[in-house]
Amino acid sequence: MKILVCMKQVPQKDAPLKLNESGTWIREDVSYEVNEPDAYALEEALRQREKHKGEVVVITSGPARAQQVLREALAKGADRAIHLEDDKFVGLDAFNTAKAFAAAIKDESFDLIFTGLQSDDYGYAQTGVILAELLGLPHATIIMQIEKTDGGIRVKRELEAGYFQFVDMPTPAVLTIQSGINKLRYATLIGIKQAKNKPLRKVALAEVRSAIGDNLQKIERLYVPQKTKKTEHIEGSASEIAKKLVDKLRNELRVL
Amino acid sequence: MPDTMLVVVEQREGKLNRVSWETITAGQAIAAATGWTLEAAVVGSSVATFAAEVAAKKVARVYAVESPKLEPYTSDAFAAALKQFLTAKQPKLVLMPHTYQVRDFAPKLATAMGRTVISDCIGFKHENGKLVFTRQMFQGKLAADVSFTSDAPWFATFQNGAFRADKAEAGTSAAPVETVSVEIADGVIRNKPQEVFKEAKQAVDLTQAEIIVAVGRGIKEQKNIEIAKQLADALGGDLAASRPICDSGWLPMDRQIGSSGQTVAPKLYLALGISGAIQHIVGMKGSRTIIAVNKDSEAPIFEIADYAIVGNLFDIVPPLIEEVKKAKAGS
Repeated sequence: MKILVCMKQVPQKDAPLKLNESGTWIREDVSYEVNEPDAYALEEALRQREKHKGEVVVITSGPARAQQVLREALAKGADRAIHLEDDKFVGLDAFNTAKAFAAAIKDESFDLIFTGLQSDDYGYAQTGVILAELLGLPHATIIMQIEKTDGGIRVKRELEAGYFQFVDMPTPAVLTIQSGINKLRYATLIGIKQAKNKPLRKVALAEVRSAIGDNLQKIERLYVPQKTKKTEHIEGSASEIAKKLVDKLRNELRVL
Repeated sequence: MPDTMLVVVEQREGKLNRVSWETITAGQAIAAATGWTLEAAVVGSSVATFAAEVAAKKVARVYAVESPKLEPYTSDAFAAALKQFLTAKQPKLVLMPHTYQVRDFAPKLATAMGRTVISDCIGFKHENGKLVFTRQMFQGKLAADVSFTSDAPWFATFQNGAFRADKAEAGTSAAPVETVSVEIADGVIRNKPQEVFKEAKQAVDLTQAEIIVAVGRGIKEQKNIEIAKQLADALGGDLAASRPICDSGWLPMDRQIGSSGQTVAPKLYLALGISGAIQHIVGMKGSRTIIAVNKDSEAPIFEIADYAIVGNLFDIVPPLIEEVKKAKAGS
């Protein structure tokens, strides 16, 4: 089984974000980490390879810093990596990101392509599905389980409100992976060492430029959301806060 | 002739879901701002009754887009059916609810038409004749106004709870319903979906809880869940969690609040170490009172909290348990 995992580097969850001067994106000087659902997608790919043999390839787009995501994936066991490296990839919409990925892998054939179900920065939840359509492949979203069958796979889709559904589908296919599908592994020291010698192909913007076009949507402005609710801050020492809160619970909210 | 916009509603288990009505409210608001004509569509194998239900609202027309191949749902059939219908209709704007089903087919549909979806919107603005859609970014820490730079049709999806279902205006008389039969060729549908099922009966029904103490990543380790449990017990409430806690197996999945878990509206929701990602917020923002404890003063949970405590939950919670116990003993 040859599996491609699309991964993204996003700002760390609790990193304070600052807007750039034009107010259209954040400033680059924050700490980054791997997009969480993508980590689960990688783990699932590694597990499938352990069961069925094959190869796990990881791909990302973004500036030089994004290589860290690929290095970590290689250290955890991915076989090789593809980095679409350019600052400009950050500003692409989901349609163009998917087109750039499709162009970068045009000479390869994967049995499965995984993405996380959505990114923690844009949160479009679209790139995987768009990539499937561009490649002419079937897809399934928000996947919690994958089993190989004769001629294809059976996947478990998460639906809303605690419902699920099994779907039989042919391969090759694109799946968007839900967080929690498996338990993440840590990279081992040996893995980290070996990662240094694994192949990492860099793809320049120029190589895929003919495949991508103008963005179809544009961020006019990015801003700190206006609060709609009046929030009362409760301050003081821990014991003062506890006393104040209990007073509210009893006398204002009447739940005690 | 004014431009036309279309709301595609979603039915499941014989019912139009609430977020579909919310999206109709959104459509009515956009129609009022732009002067565009609002129409609606229901997609399925036999959807006349749903179409009639939607036709009672203030919309110009309702289309029942039908093919036997649309049941059960597959992204292949839905995208093919809507592509056929929309290519013929050429509306300016197509609105859909941001449900798991729409997430599954809308990006495919838009891509097949060479278009784009602005997904998971919470509002819109009509500024100097330009329509922009507001969506949350960075897990709700920031908001963005996003515009279309492509040709129509434009696609946008609205988040659960972004508009109010009960504000969907009724029409003065029922709107005309038109049935549109679509052809879906053999071989288009590649996936074979099985029956929808619910995982082992839900042990706890948090939807009825009056007091919920919920924990998030800030709890750090599984063993620390215990202090949240003690607080819940002292308050006479139920323990719940955000998705990452259940993903880690620290609490069972049936304790999960949010888009993939339960939607609750207790009298009191006490969020401990929960940052407030959109997926969690949609499951609890209807709570009457929200108290949030988080060490990150910029955590989005504080945007919707009635009472905010910026601090370390491990400092705050133990004395709180004691105070609650004292208060209960004294009452």
